Amino acid sequence: MGAITMGVYPGLVGSASYDFAIKFAGAAAKKGHKVSMWFSGNATGSVKAHQKHLKDYSTGEKYLTELLAAGVEVCTCEACTVARGVQKTESIEKIQWNAMHWYLARIHSADRVLLIGGE
Amino acid sequence: MGDVKCAFIVQKPQYKGETSRLAMTHALAYQTVEILLEDGDTVTPSLCFIGEGVLGITKGQKAMDIYGITSSESHLKNCLLVDLDVYVCKEDLDKFGISVDQLPDAEEMGAEKTINVVPFSEIAKKMDEAKHVLFF
Repeated sequence: MGAITMGVYPGLVGSASYDFAIKFAGAAAKKGHKVSMWFSGNATGSVKAHQKHLKDYSTGEKYLTELLAAGVEVCTCEACTVARGVQKTESIEKIQWNAMHWYLARIHSADRVLLIGGE
Repeated sequence: MGDVKCAFIVQKPQYKGETSRLAMTHALAYQTVEILLEDGDTVTPSLCFIGEGVLGITKGQKAMDIYGITSSESHLKNCLLVDLDVYVCKEDLDKFGISVDQLPDAEEMGAEKTINVVPFSEIAKKMDEAKHVLFF
């Protein structure tokens, strides 16, 4: 099994790109791959806890919690996140907070890198 | 594992979205990644601007004065200052009527590197040489 690093940049709401990234990570983890996800740009808004899942909108918390429980590593860009008014104390548990070098370090150890671009 | 080469390919215009700027800030992070790696391991990014990605990287930007945000020009200068290899596609500059002397340098900051304006074939080589290619 391989190591997959994903850069995730799209916002939670506005396209299905974020949803695809989550589905892809789940499928890869289920196959036994080691998956590391880096959230940057608008994707960082999705790390806030207590999201209400309205059926007309994509949602992150439920699926992120499942990914984390399945051993997927998720890290959010601290600068991108606080710029959106989300503090670490409000974050979904077990999501890591770090800087962009975290992503480069996971790229270094990855067999495959997938970048899901944002808006 | 040693050095891992990455090609950061910017194909979206600056200011149109966030990811084109994030390509620069992520590439800049190669300066500090070693704190998370084993001794001797490095990441070497090449930052390449192609297509509409060549828009919004000219000099004389006033983003800080007008909007209070760091300009793409400033990010680009910081990239040069930390010895990042920056490539801009010659054909795409020509397509948009942007001349080489409109591009910034960071000489006043003490940078030794300058932007490399190259044919697309050179950028394709960078992608071939890279272990990972990231499209922004």
